[in-house]
Amino acid sequence: MSTELGDLYQEVILDHNRRPRNFGDLPAAARRAEGHNPLCGDRVTVSVVLEGDILKDVRFQGSGCAISKASASMMTESLKGRSRTEAEDLFQAFHRLLTEDGASADPNVLGKLVVFSGVREFPVRVKCATLAWHTLRAALENARDIATTE
Amino acid sequence: MTVARPAARTAKTAPFEVRRIREDFPILNQKVFGKPLVYLDNAATSQKPRAVIDAIVGFYEHDNANIHRGLHALSERATAAYESARGRLRRFVNAAQDREIVFVRGTTEAINLVAQTYGRAHVGAGDEVLITALEHHSNIVPWQILCGEKGARLRVVPIDDRGDLVLDELESLLTPKTRIVSVAHVSNALGTINPVRRIVEAAHARGIPVLVDGAQAAPHLPIDVRDLDCDFYTLSGHKMFGPTGIGILYGKEHHLEGMPPYQGGGDMIASVTFEKTEYNRLPYKFEAGTPHIAGVIGLGAAVDYLSGLDAGGRMAHEEDLLAYATDKVGGLPRVRIVGTAREKTSVLSFVMDGVHPHDIGTILDREGVAIRAGHHCAQPLMERLGVDATARASLALYNTREDIDALAAGLRRVLEVFR
Repeated sequence: MSTELGDLYQEVILDHNRRPRNFGDLPAAARRAEGHNPLCGDRVTVSVVLEGDILKDVRFQGSGCAISKASASMMTESLKGRSRTEAEDLFQAFHRLLTEDGASADPNVLGKLVVFSGVREFPVRVKCATLAWHTLRAALENARDIATTE
Repeated sequence: MTVARPAARTAKTAPFEVRRIREDFPILNQKVFGKPLVYLDNAATSQKPRAVIDAIVGFYEHDNANIHRGLHALSERATAAYESARGRLRRFVNAAQDREIVFVRGTTEAINLVAQTYGRAHVGAGDEVLITALEHHSNIVPWQILCGEKGARLRVVPIDDRGDLVLDELESLLTPKTRIVSVAHVSNALGTINPVRRIVEAAHARGIPVLVDGAQAAPHLPIDVRDLDCDFYTLSGHKMFGPTGIGILYGKEHHLEGMPPYQGGGDMIASVTFEKTEYNRLPYKFEAGTPHIAGVIGLGAAVDYLSGLDAGGRMAHEEDLLAYATDKVGGLPRVRIVGTAREKTSVLSFVMDGVHPHDIGTILDREGVAIRAGHHCAQPLMERLGVDATARASLALYNTREDIDALAAGLRRVLEVFR
């Protein structure tokens, strides 16, 4: 396997693809949004329970490629217990990791999410990796519209 | 005159030999990520032979001028080349007359044209338009728009699990309210060859006209609109080794005569005053504005190219290739072929247990193998088949058994990554 492919499909990502964490729905009181990647038809629903400013619980449901499923799964793990501002900052850092050459892959900032650094070599897959994050943002904003990667 | 000429039809065609064919397609001779390119995304768009590329370059280098305004030599040459291409397209689909061939941007525009002209004139509130469950979005949405506007109902012939139309249902779906039937000749997502001749017969028995979407058929099957007796037939140049942005609408003369124009503008008129416009005769009534002249000439060259090949040998080669690919890919663990219709051509759609088609596409790409992954602009079909998406390898006359071997090797790599 080429180095780039090995970097993309790291074992952690394959593991989250096989056994997604926090997969499911949250009680009706949760904020919820649906995300859609029209390019490939991937759909994800992210629900989040806020306690004050803190993301108390985050879950996702849906279907998609390994990158989008693993990204959603690892996003839910990374965000539990964080504040909304911290969540937004993490998304920004994550987005830079995926799109900017030489972006910081500091595990102190990104934690396990650094495994997605390989996506940078596959520009068409950036949307897969960010779908759940865009959807989370929509859920937090209580946006009624379906979040989309387009 | 240096414009592309029709290939000499009297010349004896050489037996089909894929090695020689590949030399006609310059793009195939390249590496992608260090691996020889294996292009298996032909149902999305096909590659272009040197003859087509040369015809377009030759037109721009020697003959470029606007057409039907023939006051000077270049315009006369451009007009002659444009109209000669129309004649070749007419022969390609075996239409009776050149004026039944309308140049359009492609199949999508052709279907929109019919929906917005014939459709608007003939479909009213409570009427029905009949399509099938395996249509491309371009043969769904234009009819939906029409039905929405008119208060008409879009009805759908179902398919079975193999991807064959359920013809018994067709009979009961053809009702006194049906105003038009629109059906793909070949499914872009599954490769099913629909029994369009039988569908036309059944519809005509009730006086209902039929449009056949030939986008996926044109590069693979002989087309004979008079044998099919269809009322409209559409094709896209880029899927049959011609340029993008050009295609044709074939329509029976009496339909085209009766239809209002689609777009207004130059070239589609006979005379204009501010009070009244007399429309031009067929087919110019439907060709408003300066058309894609170079595209038409390129498409004419593509038709010449195809017509110059040994058709029987070519079809036998494609048939062999699909059978070989079906065995090779279908024999891999965790792989299921989607679409196993009795009559198929050129398309191998499949899913792999535990691997999303997009991941298959990414890994194959790094092996130099280009396929399509997704819903193939046929979301209702994907829903019917109970899949979110499929991976699709689609074949053309220049593909080889080695291409299929590379595909299978790439898929084994996918299985290794996603153990």
